[in-house]
Amino acid sequence: MITMKTMTINLNVWRQENSDAPGKMVPYTVEDVSPDMSFLEMLDHLNESLMKKGETPIEFDSDCREGICGACGLVIAGIAHGPKRACTSCELRMRQFRDGDTITVEPFRAKAFPVIKDLVVDRSAFDRIMEKGGYISVHTGSAPDANTMPISKEVAEKAMDAATCIGCGACVAACPNASASLFTSAKIAQYVYLPQGAPERKRRALSMVQQMDVEGFGYCSNHGECEAVCPKEISIKNIALMRREYVKAALDAGCFQP
Amino acid sequence: MDAQKILDARIPDGSLEAKWSTYKAHMKLVAPANKKKYTILVVGTGLAGGSAAASLAELGYNVLNFCIQDTPRRAHSVAAQGGINAAKNYQNDGDSEWRLFYDTIKGGDFRSREANVHRLAELSVNIIDQCVAQGVPFAREYGGTLANRSFGGAQVSRTFYARGQTGQQLLLGAYSALMRQVDSGRVTLFPRREMLDLVIIDGKARGIICRNLTTGKLERYVGHAVVLATGGYSTVFNLSTNAVNSNATAIWRCYKRGAFFANPCYTQIHPTCIPQAGGYQSKLTLMSESLRNDGRVWVPKKTGDGRPPEQIPQEERDYYLERKYPAFGNLVPRDIASRAAKSVCDEGLGVGATGFAVYLDFADAIKRMGELIIRDRYGNLFSMYEEITGNDPYTVPMQIYPAPHYTMGGLWVDYNLMSTIPGLHVIGEANFSDHGANRLGASALMQGLADGYFVIPYTLGDYLAHENFSDASITHESFKQSATEIQNDINKLLSIQGKKSAKEYHVELGRVMWDHVGMSRTEKGLKKAMGNIQEIREEYWQNLYIPGASTLNKDLEMAGRVADFLELAALMAQDALQRNESCGGHFREEYQTPDGEALRDDETFSHVAAWEYAGSSKPVLHKEKLVFENVTPGQRSYK
Ligand SMILES: Cc1cc2nc3c(=O)[nH]c(=O)nc-3n(C[C@H](O)[C@H](O)[C@H](O)COP(=O)(O)OP(=O)(O)OC[C@H]3O[C@@H](n4cnc5c(N)ncnc54)[C@H](O)[C@@H]3O)c2cc1C
Ligand code: FES
Repeated sequence: MITMKTMTINLNVWRQENSDAPGKMVPYTVEDVSPDMSFLEMLDHLNESLMKKGETPIEFDSDCREGICGACGLVIAGIAHGPKRACTSCELRMRQFRDGDTITVEPFRAKAFPVIKDLVVDRSAFDRIMEKGGYISVHTGSAPDANTMPISKEVAEKAMDAATCIGCGACVAACPNASASLFTSAKIAQYVYLPQGAPERKRRALSMVQQMDVEGFGYCSNHGECEAVCPKEISIKNIALMRREYVKAALDAGCFQP
Repeated sequence: MDAQKILDARIPDGSLEAKWSTYKAHMKLVAPANKKKYTILVVGTGLAGGSAAASLAELGYNVLNFCIQDTPRRAHSVAAQGGINAAKNYQNDGDSEWRLFYDTIKGGDFRSREANVHRLAELSVNIIDQCVAQGVPFAREYGGTLANRSFGGAQVSRTFYARGQTGQQLLLGAYSALMRQVDSGRVTLFPRREMLDLVIIDGKARGIICRNLTTGKLERYVGHAVVLATGGYSTVFNLSTNAVNSNATAIWRCYKRGAFFANPCYTQIHPTCIPQAGGYQSKLTLMSESLRNDGRVWVPKKTGDGRPPEQIPQEERDYYLERKYPAFGNLVPRDIASRAAKSVCDEGLGVGATGFAVYLDFADAIKRMGELIIRDRYGNLFSMYEEITGNDPYTVPMQIYPAPHYTMGGLWVDYNLMSTIPGLHVIGEANFSDHGANRLGASALMQGLADGYFVIPYTLGDYLAHENFSDASITHESFKQSATEIQNDINKLLSIQGKKSAKEYHVELGRVMWDHVGMSRTEKGLKKAMGNIQEIREEYWQNLYIPGASTLNKDLEMAGRVADFLELAALMAQDALQRNESCGGHFREEYQTPDGEALRDDETFSHVAAWEYAGSSKPVLHKEKLVFENVTPGQRSYK
């Protein structure tokens, strides 16, 4: 299990003291990198050695370190979450790289995701989008028996495909317009597929889409970069569905502006 | 201090089945118009905290909700894989509230309260209804009804699941309910905050001190009650299946303000994790226990058998779980499976590079059902395994080894989930309440959500309705004093400027805990551990190095948490040392049956051990006797 051979990796890392300070790329060399290390463990390892030298470690977010919480988010070698498909930064292993490689590491950049420090960004705009309708209004205790409403396996699976979004923001970081459409559409789609979502369908589509604009995310112009980097492989078809939902709701509400 | 009086569990009268409903019916209520005048501080946004904050806000209370992560949706509950139990009996296979209650009591090795566990079993059914109504996409049958699986040693299929992402989906359900309340203005979120102290005014929990993790500044929050939902403390072992920010700080600081800590030594070591590969590792990855439904656990019969697994013929393999436990086989409870793996590895039969691993083999299942079905059931787990280890489990047996996973111990609470500090309620993994000495699979999610959705909205209301509150503000002397103390601690940590990082100390502590306060314990080992912990702790405060200042500084965050782990670790060892018996996850080698099973001592130890902080003196042990009126504690047998 233990791979004995280690590698030397060269990094160019975005360093930024705080949200107001200008940032810059700083080169580092990391020795003794095991191919079994995750990308974040390699950064931990670098940080320990920076500390020994009296330098300030690189700040980055992470928590579960198994690809499910969505906390980690780095642009690695120019790609959100790095070169491996369907993989978060924390799951990426160093065996993806070769001895002597030079890798750039940057934060998820977007107007709506201001940098807090180094590789840590503020993604609270996602919460505010969810606040505007990313839910089904049901008070605790008011639910009928769970089997009252049968839902076919196919529908449940489709809803689940959309619901697996981890809210990491890679879709935004990868999009040339910094659009949050994949994120928002995944939630809208989950509730479009499920019958429980029907009563609030229109209101949800209108207000969540409007909130994306308020937060300063860009428009979707079908580049498809979001789908390509999504660690959970959320389909871009959800965006088409969201558009239809939005147009229908806007027409009905009489607020459609051509 | 009168121990018995303080540890009144306030268990309602009446028959086991009627206790909760009768009690609930007679609770005092807060008038609807008055609810908004009460501010509740909910710390934690996992299944317990998220569901509590949302439900309390729905009732009309003003809720402030805190978490360490940048958003509530990332709380560690998100990582739960396998599923959630509920006594729905949708499969018509003989399940009932009674059976779930009994399984949980027995699984906990008769070290939990009957009344709490029965309430949990009753509420389990409501949880599933609630989650489905929220749009949680549980797995379904072709006919459209909900699917179930059998999990973690249960003989009925009562586990509901959403692929291998049940925790994520349940958490997103609670998060959605929470965000609805944020939109309504009744919940205010405080992400990137770490609670560092509890503020007590007139003997009641009235506030908290948080460090704003972005600015580094201390902040004060005042309210009428505090609900802690800060999760478990498995990360005291350094390497565990928990998220890297999981910690004991909030519960530990409350302990130091007077909340009793119950059964700190009850920890769960999960049998199916990916073995440790290198010293750089930041966590251990759990492979869902559901794998044991189809995988067979084995080791070679010969010590030092260096052959690759496929070259070891059937008759030279020891399927030791099937051999030792014919009735449950590979599905024995976690503590038993973990200990069995340790004991074969200690005998030198372990496999892999370190010898600390056993095989979990799917070859037979693939032969029987075909690779497609196995892929359908476990595809995501298999690819996660391959990603981490570089080995393909469809062709080579997985290697697994136990890892710290869950802590049954936690702050002591009464039936209302209130600690020994009035107004401080503790829910989810942070309390000790329902799992005794060992937790069954798929029951932590159930407990977190039962506490948050269905218990605390009632019991907290009853508390508020009974109490009179003085006007308190964040300028109160108690706030000032606490903030000064906390700031001093932070300054002290930063000023040591020694040579070793908090992480290095955490690794050292973890090794001591794993070796001596882990899966099996001895008097000698525990005493040694207590000495070692003391040494590490002394060195820590002399030689710690934290780079930077008190701004966004994850090393400083970690340093505060490790300082608390060092204190908690000592209490865990002390608790394990006084419990001269084996029960559930607490295995003392001196106390075992002739065939190596846990040997309880009900005469002496049928109690909850609740520790009271006593400053520089030794903590004081209080005992809450466990009374069994409905079940008869017997030796757990899974043979
Ligand atoms: C890998 C894994 C898989 C699991 N699978 C299952 C399963 O299949 N079924 C099952 O039933 N159980 C499972 N469990 C156990 C279960 O997930 C947990 O016990 C449960 O989710 C804990 O929920 P909680 O709400 O109590 O705490 P958590 O989800 O841990 O939430 C803690 C919250 O408190 C906050 N917090 C902590 N400290 C502070 C502080 N000082 N200040 C402010 N905020 C703080 C955190 O930010 C977070 O929001 C699993 C656990 C792990 C590790
Ligand atoms: S740290 Fe949780 S997804 Fe990467």
